[in-house]
Amino acid sequence: MADASAASDGDALGAGGASSTGQILREGMRVLGVAIRAEPRVFTISVLASALYGAMTVGTAQALGWATQHTVLPAFESGHTTAGALAGAALVILGVAFLKALGVGGRRFFAGLMQYRMQARYRRAVTRQYLRLPLAWHQRHPTGQLLSNANADVEAAWAPLAPLPMAVGVVFMLLVAAVSILLTDPVVAVVGFLVFPAIALLNVVYQRRLAPVATRAQQLRAEVSEVAHESFEGGLVVKTLGREQAETERFAARADALRDANIAVGRVRGMFDPVLEALPNLGVLAVLLIGSVRLESGAMTAGDLVHVSYLFTLLAFPIRSLGWVLAEVPRSVVGWDRVRSVLDAGGSMPYGEAELKAGAPAALRVEAVRFGYEPAEGAPPADVLRDVSFEASPGRTVAVVGPTGSGKSTLTSLLVRLVDPADGSVLLDGLDARDVRAGGIAATAALVPQQTFMFDDTVRGNITLGLDVPDERVWAALRLAQGDGFVAALPDGLDTRIGERGATLSGGQRQRLALARAVVRRPRLLVLDDATSAVDPQVEQRILAGLRESEESGAATVVVVAYRKATIALADEVVFIEHGRVSARGPHAELLERSEGYRNLVNAYERAEAEQDALDAEAEAADDVGDGDGDGDGDGDGDGDGDGAGAGAGAGEIVEETGGVGERA
Amino acid sequence: MTALSESAARESALSTLRRGLRISPEFRAGLAGTLLLALVATAGRIVVPVAVQQVIDKGLGKNGAHPDLPFIRTAVALCAVGVLMTAVSAYLMNVRLYRSSETGLAALRVKAFRHVHDLSMLTQSGERRGALVSRVTGDVDQISQFMQFGGLMIIVSAGQLVVASLLMAVYSWPLMLMVWVSFVPLAWALRRFQRMISGAYTKVRERTGDLLSVVSESVVGAAVIRAYGAEERTARRVDETVDATRSAQTRAQGLIAMTFPSSELVAALATSAVVVCGTLLGLGGHLTAGELIAFLFLVTLFVSPMQTATEVLNDAQNAIAGWRRVLSVLDTEPDVADPGADGETLPRGPIEVEFEGVGFAYPGGPPVLHGVDARIAPRSRIAIVGETGSGKTTFAKLLTRLMDPVEGEVRVDGVPLRRVRFSSLRERIVMVPQDGFLFDASLADNIRYGRADASDADLRLALTELGLADWLDGLPQGLATPVGQRGESLSAGERQLVALARAYIADPDLLVLDEATSAVDPATEVRIQRALDGVTRGRTAVSIAHRLSTAEAADEVIVFDQGRIVQRGPASELVKVPGVYADLHASWVAQRKI
Repeated sequence: MADASAASDGDALGAGGASSTGQILREGMRVLGVAIRAEPRVFTISVLASALYGAMTVGTAQALGWATQHTVLPAFESGHTTAGALAGAALVILGVAFLKALGVGGRRFFAGLMQYRMQARYRRAVTRQYLRLPLAWHQRHPTGQLLSNANADVEAAWAPLAPLPMAVGVVFMLLVAAVSILLTDPVVAVVGFLVFPAIALLNVVYQRRLAPVATRAQQLRAEVSEVAHESFEGGLVVKTLGREQAETERFAARADALRDANIAVGRVRGMFDPVLEALPNLGVLAVLLIGSVRLESGAMTAGDLVHVSYLFTLLAFPIRSLGWVLAEVPRSVVGWDRVRSVLDAGGSMPYGEAELKAGAPAALRVEAVRFGYEPAEGAPPADVLRDVSFEASPGRTVAVVGPTGSGKSTLTSLLVRLVDPADGSVLLDGLDARDVRAGGIAATAALVPQQTFMFDDTVRGNITLGLDVPDERVWAALRLAQGDGFVAALPDGLDTRIGERGATLSGGQRQRLALARAVVRRPRLLVLDDATSAVDPQVEQRILAGLRESEESGAATVVVVAYRKATIALADEVVFIEHGRVSARGPHAELLERSEGYRNLVNAYERAEAEQDALDAEAEAADDVGDGDGDGDGDGDGDGDGDGAGAGAGAGEIVEETGGVGERA
Repeated sequence: MTALSESAARESALSTLRRGLRISPEFRAGLAGTLLLALVATAGRIVVPVAVQQVIDKGLGKNGAHPDLPFIRTAVALCAVGVLMTAVSAYLMNVRLYRSSETGLAALRVKAFRHVHDLSMLTQSGERRGALVSRVTGDVDQISQFMQFGGLMIIVSAGQLVVASLLMAVYSWPLMLMVWVSFVPLAWALRRFQRMISGAYTKVRERTGDLLSVVSESVVGAAVIRAYGAEERTARRVDETVDATRSAQTRAQGLIAMTFPSSELVAALATSAVVVCGTLLGLGGHLTAGELIAFLFLVTLFVSPMQTATEVLNDAQNAIAGWRRVLSVLDTEPDVADPGADGETLPRGPIEVEFEGVGFAYPGGPPVLHGVDARIAPRSRIAIVGETGSGKTTFAKLLTRLMDPVEGEVRVDGVPLRRVRFSSLRERIVMVPQDGFLFDASLADNIRYGRADASDADLRLALTELGLADWLDGLPQGLATPVGQRGESLSAGERQLVALARAYIADPDLLVLDEATSAVDPATEVRIQRALDGVTRGRTAVSIAHRLSTAEAADEVIVFDQGRIVQRGPASELVKVPGVYADLHASWVAQRKI
């Protein structure tokens, strides 16, 4: 069931590129519609302010024309003027400018407000969705992509909102200007009706040419960033293998491609920008040419000529905001598609209503569970777990043992319902985990994963994760996890911030905090996935002993993934997993006898040691003879791999009394 | 934060620019021609006001009733040519500028990238990784973005101011002075605004950084958040940072929204002053009507650069700050430097290592290693044991020259390690770190990191020699298996197997394993151990042992305790004497007891 939804949202992410410019524009308008519907008030205010600005831009030209006609030219012609005429001209110009200033300020502020509100709204929505979507969905999507969905894509989606009111205002302004020119002189207006549509048309061509190269540059920027991120993250590997030059070449290839794309963007921009600037200037010249003829015939005045020319100069710049909106539209559409694909992603994890009871240790039953991860493209689907069944009665401890890559960690994530099985079911207290209410399992079961994750928060915040518990309980949990010592030594104790991903702590310290995080919840089911691997053996011993005896966790059923015998020894039962199947179940001693694979796995060190001893003895013997190096090697190999039950068990017994080995050696 | 980001913080914009241009000579390529074109392009902007003036004054005649049409036609035609020339030179200037700046930036990016890899591991990890990535991405992009918009704008605007002022002065210098004077308070106010705006944007960037890190936690920590039902808490944290970002943005926007009205008002003030004073001057016979009107057009040429200045200056500051950060990376001397061509190349063959009086302390920290003297004979297999924090890993890092000792010396085959060329060093000494980082590529590509020219057959052979053939066969896509980001499609143990194979195929003479098999199951570990014994025969091998089984198989064990070597000898002998090793061994035995 998880598989079907994956395919569909994968497609949605890839799509969006294969549509025509017209389609993109329509799509872009739809996106803008979403914003307008979401923030109608802010949008209206910003458009009104922009319209005021537009009208007053035309008004500025009109005021200047008026001042020329009524104050300047009469003064020059008659040789005298009055203070009143001068003051009138100044006041008209200032008055118009005041309204224009109001318009421009309002437009900028409210346009920004709208853009930021929409960004905030969708960042929130996308992250909420991340928190809601099941882990299976997360596993299918790379981290980098999810980060850019919440950040860059949201930004891109709402980028046209900043110039949008201006563009709407410009449309209004053009109408006012058209009327104003028409009223002045219909013949001159023809020039305007040629020039303005030409600018608009050129803008569309411009954006159409720019969009693909700009998109490519955008994509390459992301690729450059990905390479840098991965390469620096793997810095130690790069260094230890001396791969600096190869990595630099890998990076340079992307950086050069980005350079070429940026130059291509520059070329388009460099061509259209000057042309767009030249057009209104040519318009002014045409107005002068035609206007002077009209002037001769007395159809217009010199003031009219100034007014119309000035209008052309003033409109030249704002008209280009239409282009800015159009420029952002393709990016916006792609960004929006990506955001939508997150918001529309199906495959949510349905919850039931059932309530798990509190108090007593939980009863866990795993019934015929099958699970497979989403296969990579073109790969055959492969099950990680098949027909896995076992149970853990309340208060009991079950150890899950198996070779590397056999599916143990996957199993632990099924137990606490991070993922759901494809077939079969996980039952807690007899209830199918899928029927339990939201949050019910988190309140009952705690998983300590193999790889710890720490938040950029205080030690306390990392342990409680919002759970309201007194500090005494936090300390008690830390004591049990053998972490109280180092936390007490931190400068601010529980209040110490531990930095991004717990960067200031060692692996072992992080694991101890992760254990405390689980234990402080007094879970009824505790699942430990090789959770003490980075802790020294001695410390691990103390933790494990503590887990068994402590009040804090005493009331829990425990499932523990382990390799160490001492850990396995805590278990009432062992589930031995090989290749995703339960190949044997039972008490440790019984499995040792019954299962060869199990015996080989858990007794591996002892066997190796026994062989080593045998080798040493042989070498000693050989030394006496004075020869026989390669010989011993061959023998050792044969013993280790091929031999069956007797040898393995035997080896195990020998080392049971390791003191003896030491003495003998 | 750290030395790396702080070093050049207080440098002036101009000296950053100078240094930047010195490091990237590509920027200067053809600069003279570009500037010449810029001059032409700017001069072209005054064509229109001049045309208006000429037409009104000369073409329209005294009362405007009888325009001199042939004159007007000639003037308009000449001006049209001027406008077209302007467009052409603007195009050429743009393209030249983009090409030289992008070429320079790409080279700068690559140079900085390489430099980051040349920095010691200590410097690399001292810096937040995201910050280092920004140095070669966002910071350079910022300069590029500025070059594509603002840089051009600054050149053109400055030219426009100069040319407009000159022409104004030609028409009437008193009016020009008046315009200048009315813009002085604006320039002052804009400068203040600009400072506030740049402060506000710094806030926005900080808030956005917080936002990103919280969002990234909610993505990377998805499993923990779900397992512990911490969704609500995470959502609250996201909300806080989203809101903080939004209000910082709104504040910055409010400041910007104030700059525009003020320049509009000042422009109107200047315009009306020109109308009033110009008319009065005209009455005194100092100015014609056409000149006055041309003057009014020139005032608009004066306003627009002022308006864009605030935004462009802000971009410019960001770009300069970004540039400064990139340069400061390049300024950071690699404290573990490649001796380069002067260094020595070691001949191939088993390696002998000597530590003499070696001590080490992390910067600002207490010493973690003191007076370490050790000789590791060629072809010997050494296990290093000790508790966490005893100095084992530090020893391995000094041995592979990931760090240099603060005192004493490490020698390989008698040559001080600092004198060995990296190309030789990294070929002959390879370390497998505990956390096997894998690149987002196929299994085969990842192993080939160790040896680029290895064929698939070589890879298969290497895995077989390491006893991992069964594991490989169990993978549905074999060598073509994609390992995912950071190798996360594989289990932690499997990642270690790949890391081991990757180092093994590099065929080093000294192999250093830092708990390289800590996450694999005992049977596999033993199998690898045995395989390694076979394949490292004839080489020197040093392994930091997580499980004492490794120690028991080694020729010799070196025991660390609190930064010193406290014991050394074959495991079989060390276990007999009371001491650190015997204690470790007792606990190791205890955890296997059942």
